[in-house]
Amino acid sequence: MAAATALRATGNVAARFEGRAATREPHWVKWSLIAMSLTFFTLFLLMPLIAVFVEALRKGWDTYLTALIEPDALSAIRLTLIAAVIAVPLNLSFGVSAAWAITKFNFRGKHVLTTLIDLPFSVSPVVAGLIYVLVFGAQGWFGPWLQEHDLKIIFAVPGIVLATMFVTVPFIARELIPLMQAQGKEEEEAAVVLGANGWQTFRHVTLPNIKWGLLYGVILCNARAMGEFGAVSVVSGHIRGLTNTLPLHVEILYNEYQFTAAFAVASVLALLALVTLCIKTWIEHQAARSKEES
Amino acid sequence: MSRRSLRVLPGFNLTLGYTLFYLSVIVLIPLSAVFVKTAGLGFGQFWDVVTTPRVLASYRLSFGASLLAAAINAVFGLALAWVLVRYSFPGKKLVDALIDLPFALPTAVAGIALTALYAPNGWLGSALEPLGIKVAFTPLGVLVALVFIGLPFVVRTVQPILEDLDTELEEAAASLGARRWQTFRYVTLPILLPALLTGFALAFARAVGEYGSVIFIAGNIPMVSEITPLMIITKLEQYDYAGATAIAVVMLLFSFVLLLAINGLQAWTEKATGRNR
Repeated sequence: MAAATALRATGNVAARFEGRAATREPHWVKWSLIAMSLTFFTLFLLMPLIAVFVEALRKGWDTYLTALIEPDALSAIRLTLIAAVIAVPLNLSFGVSAAWAITKFNFRGKHVLTTLIDLPFSVSPVVAGLIYVLVFGAQGWFGPWLQEHDLKIIFAVPGIVLATMFVTVPFIARELIPLMQAQGKEEEEAAVVLGANGWQTFRHVTLPNIKWGLLYGVILCNARAMGEFGAVSVVSGHIRGLTNTLPLHVEILYNEYQFTAAFAVASVLALLALVTLCIKTWIEHQAARSKEES
Repeated sequence: MSRRSLRVLPGFNLTLGYTLFYLSVIVLIPLSAVFVKTAGLGFGQFWDVVTTPRVLASYRLSFGASLLAAAINAVFGLALAWVLVRYSFPGKKLVDALIDLPFALPTAVAGIALTALYAPNGWLGSALEPLGIKVAFTPLGVLVALVFIGLPFVVRTVQPILEDLDTELEEAAASLGARRWQTFRYVTLPILLPALLTGFALAFARAVGEYGSVIFIAGNIPMVSEITPLMIITKLEQYDYAGATAIAVVMLLFSFVLLLAINGLQAWTEKATGRNR
């Protein structure tokens, strides 16, 4: 599904079409379409975003800050960071390695592999959590063995990390595969023929070509890793201060009718989303520039 | 020459091996647990679990609301993509950047924000209440959340195709006497159709599995506003692992079918537009 989030880099198309009588709509059509689209945009995207911040600050800055620095919130922030710090680099290594194998070589079953990489995008987050319960839970495949060795995966931090990894597996691979496919392999082959080893070839030839796509995949992967709710909710057990991530902390506060605190914590996540979108727009800008230069 | 000697670049065994290992450990083996567990259930029992009236009602809501949400997104997503590509207006860059908000905003945050807006005392809920329209804690609330979550898919699949179109085709149509609407209907829309359907399918697939943004606004009333993923959670909370797994199998099979359909649609888009994405 990341196809919908692929890195784009294009110039100003509007001027080209609006400048010609043959490809221009009448004024009333243009402005009614803009009005209709922007009303939809405001109702469904802009207002929910604004509502988060308005509700968060409803009782003033003091209440807002208190909700953020209480111990349970801090430990939720810590756990969210831990999950992302483990999941994102691992999925980065997977994404680079999968893209290298798929785009630089021909082998049987390539299409099947590409489809399988997409799989986590079409699996419901709740099902993603459930499968780890079936494997590592008390009744699961490894349940008795884990209990014998006093190890805990479900209702503990490892389960949260695993669930986070599952839902974010495709992000970086899906960004890199089309990009490296389009670039071909002639440059890398030239480097190898000239005596570069595999790592040097990747580092000095491939990486400069894919850096924007790579970064793009990483920030989208990170946003999802920090914001995942459904999958993590199934494996977490909701133990305050121990197995609560930020999104789960929002849910607990909300269900306890501590609305202002819930929105305060939610506003941190909303800020994270806005920062993600800013970096994303900046990367698109950079990618468009380097495309023009080449 | 053998196939192997054609490989100039190093790292085939290493990267493919690591990729298969990683994918198996994180995705494939855990997913297979669902099917193994259900196989132990026996077909009769499986069928009973996945066709109880409460679960059937959840399918109707999940699939119905997801289809409707994807259709709404197809219409407004196409309009948004068109407006963003073809027109200049103040604030366009900001709107374009914020389209991806549902990808970046955690679903739980979206869920409580939409609930606050559409609750009877919220900004929009209080405006709709006198009209007799209740959104929060009804199936309509589920629809609103699913529209939110699916919005970027249609815009972001249609937008690049629109950007790649040149003025020539439409100029040719105009020079042959086509009116602007006819040009759109018979020239532009057929080119956009594969991408539009792909976006629709992506939004639909995402909506069917969505959990976080829905549960807050849905109210979760049995037989009325319970979505299928919530049924899995409910069974898990009652320690009914077999029941939860059986419903998960139904959802997974449906996801596989949709995934194949989406792959087919994307291949069609590539063929129809000559884009290699």
